[in-house]
Amino acid sequence: MAAPVLELRGVTKAFGERQVLRGIDLTVTEHEAIALIGASGSGKSTLLRCIDLLEEIDDGDVLLDGEVITDPSVDPVAVRRRLGLVFQAYNLFPHLTALQNVVLGEMRAHGVSRAEAEESGRALLARFGLAGREDDRPDNLSGGQQQRVAIARAFSGRPRALLLDEVTSALDPELVGEVLAAVRDLKGEGLTMVIATHEMSFAREVADEVAFLHEGRIVEAGPPAKVLGEPERPETRRFLSRLLEAGRI
Amino acid sequence: MVRLRAVPRRGQNRGRLSAAAVISDRRLEREAAKRRQERRSQGIAAASTIIVLGGLAAWILSSPGWPEVRELFFNWEVFKEAFPEVLDGFWLDVKLFVLVEIAVLILGLAIALIRTSRGAALFPLRLLAAVWVDLFRGIPTILLVYLVGFGVPALRLSGLPTDPVVLGGIALGLSYSAYVAEVYRAGIRSVHRGQRDAALAVGLTETQTMRHVILPQAIRRVVPPLLNDFVALQKDVALVSILGPLEAFRLAQIFQGETFNYTPLIAAALLYLAVTVPLARLVDRMGGAPGEVR
Ligand SMILES: Nc1ncnc2c1ncn2[C@@H]1O[C@H](COP(=O)(O)OP(=O)(O)O)[C@@H](O)[C@H]1O
Ligand SMILES: [Mg+2]
Repeated sequence: MAAPVLELRGVTKAFGERQVLRGIDLTVTEHEAIALIGASGSGKSTLLRCIDLLEEIDDGDVLLDGEVITDPSVDPVAVRRRLGLVFQAYNLFPHLTALQNVVLGEMRAHGVSRAEAEESGRALLARFGLAGREDDRPDNLSGGQQQRVAIARAFSGRPRALLLDEVTSALDPELVGEVLAAVRDLKGEGLTMVIATHEMSFAREVADEVAFLHEGRIVEAGPPAKVLGEPERPETRRFLSRLLEAGRI
Repeated sequence: MVRLRAVPRRGQNRGRLSAAAVISDRRLEREAAKRRQERRSQGIAAASTIIVLGGLAAWILSSPGWPEVRELFFNWEVFKEAFPEVLDGFWLDVKLFVLVEIAVLILGLAIALIRTSRGAALFPLRLLAAVWVDLFRGIPTILLVYLVGFGVPALRLSGLPTDPVVLGGIALGLSYSAYVAEVYRAGIRSVHRGQRDAALAVGLTETQTMRHVILPQAIRRVVPPLLNDFVALQKDVALVSILGPLEAFRLAQIFQGETFNYTPLIAAALLYLAVTVPLARLVDRMGGAPGEVR
């Protein structure tokens, strides 16, 4: 079995009185894509933010390539340079062009020269269908284009794992496909991913494993066909039938 | 003002072709009506301006004291004599304004950056910056000019400046750096927190995040309020006259004392206006509401 890239052991996180994560155990092996599903407010974003050290966890450990990264002695900047995170609301830098969004991290965080960063940045944008849009600012791009720029930006540092936080939730339905295609493309190259999503058919297609987050715990995890097709736990069944009613499956 | 492009007429086919190819009669009619309306409202605006200003002028010119006021404030002979000298002094105002403004922009930014910093090690600096802002924003600028201008030389410490222009500039700098720091800080805080998250997520340090992501957005947003403070500072430079340097207002006062005529003050006022009005129009252009005079 391949070595784990990410490992969470008993991770807990509270915001004040509100206990959001109550002991998360999760292992993501190399080249594996895990779909994180769960109701809105179940803590998917918080979990991804904790992995990327944008939130400090209360208890437990997060390991990246076997190294504990949640230790106070670890430099969070160095850790974030080895991970990529794509936000639900894109969070592109509005004062920069698409290309500048992609190369900023490369140049400032990874010390790549401008020429080199721009060359690979252009190639990456082209790969996600954005050739010719390099010099557009985010507000001149559609939501789907913005999110693809954001994916290119997160992937530009060739992260060990890419964390995707409901990357299609803010999009008009007709723009969802183009963004999912970009994620599929990265899966095809074997990138390790944690994908928080409400797109069950996409989870079924692209994920090697589905983890269902409920009240701060992963109550059920396994192959997509199993968790989404024949869920064992009543919580999972309730969640899936609610999605079904809403026409989201 | 709507201007129609000349549209080639297509003889008998007009109106039958698609709307895109030919402008329909209905649309021409509507646009003509719109132009008539616009012309009428412009006429009303012009008429009411003439009535108000004309009435005001007639009211003042017919006042019993007007002949004396004209002699005391708008004496052409005195103006001609005073203006060159007041203008000479005005260059000092301009120089002081430019130097203080540059210092204030840098100092204000530094204070704002300190106040928005996070590290525990910077706590003493943060406290100092907060006190600085409270103190110098809370004291009237004119009082600061007195305190610094007369207080510092009274200490008779060697190494401290004694030139009244420098001391006046320092007093203005203290006051305005506090205001400008708060303008920058408001701009920094207005940048959405997702921007910081995204910058950190691509691997930037806190400093790089501020420099490359937060500040460029913040500064763009605070240009109009900063220009507003420019205008205020340009006027407040006249406060330095309290300390004696021969700047425009002070020279005008001296002239006035000699001639017993206030026209030199009008000359000084015109010079201040020559700088503050263009600045104010620039402020409007960058952030004003449409429909206002630009
Ligand atoms: N910064 C925060 N401060 C306080 N509460 C938060 C914060 N971030 C998230 N929460 C709360 O944590 C819970 C989980 O939120 P989130 O992780 O965004 O869920 P999800 O992404 O699954 O919708 C929610 O109840 C939310 O209100
Ligand atoms: Mg979320």
